[in-house]
Amino acid sequence: MALLATKHVGVSFGGLRALDQVDLTVEPACVTGLIGPNGAGKTTLFNVVCGLQETNAGQVLFDDADITKLKAYERARRGLARTFQRLEVFGSLSARDNVLTAAEIHKSWSHDESDPEAVTEELVERIGLHDVADEQADTLPTGMLRLVEVARALAARPRVLLLDEPSSGLDEHESDVFAKLLLDLAGEGLAVLMVEHDVPLVMEVCTTIHVLDFGKMIAVGTPAEIQSNADVQAAYLGGATGNGDA
Amino acid sequence: MDELTRLTIFGLVTAAIYFVAASGLVLTYTTSGIFNFAHGAIGMVAAFVYWELRFNPEGPGLSTPVALFLVLVVFAPLFGVLVERVLIRNLQGASLATTLVVTVGMLAFLIGVAQTRWKPESRVVRGFFEPDDVPILGVNVTWHDIITVIVAVAVAVGLRLLLYRTRIGVAMRAVVDNRTLAGLNGAQAHRVSALSWAIGSSLAALAGILLAPTLGLEIIALTLLVVNAYAAAMVGRLRSLPLTVVGAVILGLLVNYVPNYLPKLFEKDTLPSWLTGINNSLPILMLFAVLLLLPQERLGGWQARAGRRVRVPSFAQSLLGGAVLVAGAVLFVAVLGDDGVSIGDVSFTTQRLGLALAFGLIILSLVPLVGYAGQISLAQMTLAGVGAFVMAKVAADGSPVGLLAAMAIVGAAGGIIALPALRLRGLYLALSTLAIAVLADNMFFPQKRVFFTGSLEVDRLDLGFIDFESDGAYFVLLAIAYALAAVFVLALRRGPFGRRLLAMKDSPAACATLGLDLTRTKFAVFAVSASLAGLGGALYGGLRVAVGGQDFSMVQGLPILLLAVLGGIATASGALFGGFFYALLIILSADIKSIDSLVLFAPGLVGITLGRMPEGVVPDLADRSRRLLARLRSGPDPAVVERREQRAALAALDSDIPLGAPLEPEQVQALDARLGTEEVTPVGVAGD
Ligand SMILES: Nc1ncnc2c1ncn2[C@@H]1O[C@H](COP(=O)(O)OP(=O)(O)O)[C@@H](O)[C@H]1O
Ligand SMILES: [Mg+2]
Repeated sequence: MALLATKHVGVSFGGLRALDQVDLTVEPACVTGLIGPNGAGKTTLFNVVCGLQETNAGQVLFDDADITKLKAYERARRGLARTFQRLEVFGSLSARDNVLTAAEIHKSWSHDESDPEAVTEELVERIGLHDVADEQADTLPTGMLRLVEVARALAARPRVLLLDEPSSGLDEHESDVFAKLLLDLAGEGLAVLMVEHDVPLVMEVCTTIHVLDFGKMIAVGTPAEIQSNADVQAAYLGGATGNGDA
Repeated sequence: MDELTRLTIFGLVTAAIYFVAASGLVLTYTTSGIFNFAHGAIGMVAAFVYWELRFNPEGPGLSTPVALFLVLVVFAPLFGVLVERVLIRNLQGASLATTLVVTVGMLAFLIGVAQTRWKPESRVVRGFFEPDDVPILGVNVTWHDIITVIVAVAVAVGLRLLLYRTRIGVAMRAVVDNRTLAGLNGAQAHRVSALSWAIGSSLAALAGILLAPTLGLEIIALTLLVVNAYAAAMVGRLRSLPLTVVGAVILGLLVNYVPNYLPKLFEKDTLPSWLTGINNSLPILMLFAVLLLLPQERLGGWQARAGRRVRVPSFAQSLLGGAVLVAGAVLFVAVLGDDGVSIGDVSFTTQRLGLALAFGLIILSLVPLVGYAGQISLAQMTLAGVGAFVMAKVAADGSPVGLLAAMAIVGAAGGIIALPALRLRGLYLALSTLAIAVLADNMFFPQKRVFFTGSLEVDRLDLGFIDFESDGAYFVLLAIAYALAAVFVLALRRGPFGRRLLAMKDSPAACATLGLDLTRTKFAVFAVSASLAGLGGALYGGLRVAVGGQDFSMVQGLPILLLAVLGGIATASGALFGGFFYALLIILSADIKSIDSLVLFAPGLVGITLGRMPEGVVPDLADRSRRLLARLRSGPDPAVVERREQRAALAALDSDIPLGAPLEPEQVQALDARLGTEEVTPVGVAGD
């Protein structure tokens, strides 16, 4: 049984079917990819999973329990954390305090004994934020802020980490470092679900890839299967160039 | 004659006035995106000007049509254009905090100007063709009332034609949603906005003039009656004129039916005393209900803008600051005594200087709430009033239990304000706290067991081994209280709770997905803030010795928010600065006759000018001097320039639409295009 799953999820915005009968599964200890053209509904699906978007139909299951009715913060306390494509950093706090706040929130409800400051320092080092840790977040460049959001999400000690286009804004080297980080996290047992447009990155780190198009899940499979899937070619990769959106 | 018919006819007449007032509000809001808190005050001033021109025995005594023409077609539109030109245009893209302070400042300013110019005396505005009337369905209706209804219908039809049948009207409707999509260049957009403010201001004036004969020329009452129109406008969510008509009719009927039928539900057909004031409060109660019941439009919340980093003093620094304040107060009293010092005609007694500290404390209570958490409250003075009331009732002997009780009870009362805050944000939250303040003015403070019509004596603190009976001792007590409260607030800011509040302001969505219970956090910060306001009110009461409801009215509360923002809403030193500024105004107005009305309109003026210095004076000065020093040392700092650009980009992101809010497809496209993060997807295709 998957750690996180959606069953027949549907979301409409007025007349627009943003998600239609979407099934998704996320397994622990690996990176799962979610790709699809812009406007396919990937971010909306993330919002549904973490409780920021109400559904018209379907369920969200986490750890065998139905969490569809839970509020966002209750889901977070069960072990879901995410980053945002449209950044949601705490701009008036320093990068370090962004992470620290998350660690403190975690400590405030869990009976976790660990020291939030120590957790924060460890994450700041690990994600590579030490040089900018004391800068006020709203003065940092976008790529750096994406990493701040990753560190902040990890400070909530999640079991599933949802990343919404984490590598946009990173240069090639940073992107490689980031890939390594993802594999390490998965190696430690974390389930990672990632929306990403950087196809080589996706192909490199993901065990399973889901493809969403116009609100429908059109394919699921290993990177190799997805690359050779005719539907995906047609809908997304648009002529086998394999680099980005239609 | 049938009572129901009579009440219904008068209800529709009332509805007509409310509609005229509300339609102006809706028009300016839809076209400029700025809610004009001063709408009622504009109507009030216009009614007075009309009186000057038409009825003032010492005035020109113009005929009705000429006076109406001058007010409605010349004075009011010009005023509207001026306001648009000088204030509103600069507010494009400003945070809600700034727009709020500017229009609330204008409200306070206009009230102040009116109080200066038109000192209370009896003035009569006669209705049109008074006293002639005509029977309709057996009810004698005055010509004034008939004209009122005709005018309202004409306004409704006229606005409809303007907005849907003219090119400029279409542009008006489009301009708020998206300037670029509306296909307007900058100058055209300005012209559209100016026109809407001219019409809006004229409609406010019309409402004021229609109201004046029945209501009398009362500054506050006239202002507030137009405030009542907010309830009608809110039914249309500040957007829809047809729904505003519905709202106005409901409101008009309500205010005519309830006073007549409600008493019949009680013994001897009289309202029980706890319901006194209900009649005047109906529109506010309706506003409150509508705010809470309407499906939430999640657009346009309180936008946390990327702001300047405010330096947070360390614990040692804040202790030192507090110690300096207390030592200063002690020294002042020791050297100069209770009577303090006189400079020219102005005497700075310890009791008067105490005002600075007491107001400072009440202003300080806004720092965690507005400065850190990004919530808003226009009811802080109301809470202070409850604090003074508790102190008076509980501690007749000045026992410290009174202060503790004031903090505890007012803290709990803060929860009542937090209730709407759980659902409402930004403008709607501001309006609901305003509603609470007006409700307290009408229904709570005048209760027999509260302040009633007079005032209550509030005893000064007496700890047994030491009392603070003398003005000098009380001044020192206030300094100690302020210092402790400031140290506490700053400690909050540096700790986990403070970080959480800032985080909640910057991104509620991120907080929720990190496991923060926003409801509890909001309750907590409202309670903390309220209990500080309660403490401030209890001490303010002791300073004044006797206080009444008028000391804590909604209007008294406006300067508190304005001065809080003036000092710098996120700093303890700024709150103290705001307190001193206010006290200085009061002292100068009291002692220098030529400027005795300074205190009435200066805070409003401050609010208006704040549009240009949204971070407040203290941080602004601190920042300027720091930058100047840095430049002296090392020349211009390129990082400053670069950061400014990044901040602007981030601010654009921030002003975005919250997750999950329903949007029109064009809005989504426009957003995507603006953010530049995604290519524009033709959303229409997805639906097929
Ligand atoms: N709050 C909203 N209101 C209306 N439509 C929305 C909203 N959020 C997203 N959409 C629409 O839903 C579709 C899916 O959007 P999204 O989930 O952001 O796509 P992706 O993340 O895959 O690019 C798009 O057509 C988008 O325009
Ligand atoms: Mg997306």
